[in-house]
Amino acid sequence: MAVADTRLEGDGDVIGASSRRAPSWATVLAIVAAAAWVLPYAWMVVTSLKPLDEIARDPTAPLPAHPQLDAYREVFAQIPVARYTLVTVGVAAAIGVLQIALALPAGYALAKLRFVGKKTAFALVVACLLVPPQVTFVSVFLMFAKVSLTNTFGALVLPFAASALGTFLVRQALMSVPDEIIEAARLDGASELTIIYRILAPLLRPTLVSVFLVSFVYHYSDYFWPLVMTTDDTVRTLPLGIALLKEPGSGVRWHVVMAGNVILSVPVLALFAIAQKHLIRGVAGRA
Amino acid sequence: MTPRARSHPWLMLGPSLAAWVVFVFVPLGLGAYQSLFSWDMLTEPAWVGGANYAALAEGGELWRILGRTLGFSVLVVGGSMTLGLLLALLLDRPGGLFAFVRGAIFSAYVVSWVAVALLWVLLLDPDRGVAAAALRALHLPRVGFLSDPAAAVPTLAAVTVWKITGYSMIVFLAGLRAVPRSLHEAAALDGAGALARFRWVTWPLLRPTAAFVATTSLIVSFQAFDVVRIMTGGGPARATTLFVYAVYEQVFMNLSVGKASALAVVYFLVLSVLAALQLRAWRSQTPGSRGTAT
Repeated sequence: MAVADTRLEGDGDVIGASSRRAPSWATVLAIVAAAAWVLPYAWMVVTSLKPLDEIARDPTAPLPAHPQLDAYREVFAQIPVARYTLVTVGVAAAIGVLQIALALPAGYALAKLRFVGKKTAFALVVACLLVPPQVTFVSVFLMFAKVSLTNTFGALVLPFAASALGTFLVRQALMSVPDEIIEAARLDGASELTIIYRILAPLLRPTLVSVFLVSFVYHYSDYFWPLVMTTDDTVRTLPLGIALLKEPGSGVRWHVVMAGNVILSVPVLALFAIAQKHLIRGVAGRA
Repeated sequence: MTPRARSHPWLMLGPSLAAWVVFVFVPLGLGAYQSLFSWDMLTEPAWVGGANYAALAEGGELWRILGRTLGFSVLVVGGSMTLGLLLALLLDRPGGLFAFVRGAIFSAYVVSWVAVALLWVLLLDPDRGVAAAALRALHLPRVGFLSDPAAAVPTLAAVTVWKITGYSMIVFLAGLRAVPRSLHEAAALDGAGALARFRWVTWPLLRPTAAFVATTSLIVSFQAFDVVRIMTGGGPARATTLFVYAVYEQVFMNLSVGKASALAVVYFLVLSVLAALQLRAWRSQTPGSRGTAT
């Protein structure tokens, strides 16, 4: 896993033609690139602080003349932000935990055990990697509807309980764990479940953290699946609630929509700032 | 002699396999079966054979959806890979500034599609948008980014590129860091300039990474839905009705499970063919090696 060593918090020892001082053209281009990605966020924040009449009068004024938080109050008045957030975080966390709980034994079997049909099992995992939820959602929706499980946590969580990618990454990580550790544990009388969850899981911590974070961020932000699996407010998630702030027809109240955007984005961006290394390893680890 | 595992391996795979059977394999089969019926979810399904497929192909709608989605994908994959590679080459330098810029670009990949799509609807708004104001200031003609059928797909592709370029940049950065520095130094001693070093040293070693990024971005671009639903609703004049949105529209707006399933079957087949082609290209490019970062 060469990727596991990839550091993106530029410390000094980056490999490549880069240990010399950066030429000034590179600095200038980097600032331009930063502007292209940071300014849109800035615009989101600026717009959310503008009163409605300022947006109507001079929509492209770079700064609000009278910054105010009314838009945020309105978001909280229009949608139950706390409940939606709780549902969203609950769904994303449940998926992350389940994926790890299931990927560990599956990855263990594929990496460390010999059995008839192993190749077939591995082929099935790879096949699942290639079938996105966008292919299956019609049938899954109808299956859930048949047993009255639409608009439930189950419909949002269960289809993602097993992660082909997570299984694949756990398997890869386990390949580099020496067999002796497992044999020693077996001689000590440890059960297979003890070996998997008590002995190997701590060794795989970096991989598991990455798998959890990538999954959490993806499902926290997901719009497609909650949209197709819910028809009412019962388990509505935050991205859906925020998207509903832009109701079609009547003029869009952009300061409210952008305030909603800020509320939706800040937790993920904060998580990204804290756990950038793990997230990037998880994403690049697909390579 | 290794003591054998005491619980059977298939038991350990069991929970995962059960979930995949229920949520991947059964739905795939069910979808193919449903595509042969006409069903509005209210009355009883009626067997129609291949009529759903015929109806989709007849008016040319199927080919239009496919063409649109492929066009969108070409723009997204080409754009995000080119930009991602250039940014990786630019930003693979030590120092706080470059680290910050890398983080800023990648952050767009992490933020919700909802936030990104809503933000760009505002930025591209013909009256209130910054983009329109910039065009006015430069005395350029007005562009209906989201209202002109010819501009809408490129606009959605550009927003998608903005969102996912951080991903290809990160993977290219990982690939770049696997290129041995000694090769660069040797080439430099032989008098190779920066461009020649890229062409003859970096790029050949980066090709497996590039093939990998191409495959994953292609699949991501084929899944585009949020951006369509939030920014255009498939319009104007169906110009942005991409594949997944078309399936969604059939089942949730037209209440036609049969046609939606038929579209999903075709979607799955196209996706499989593209993935197989990509995989073959990937293998033929890298005899004996399995990519830089496995």
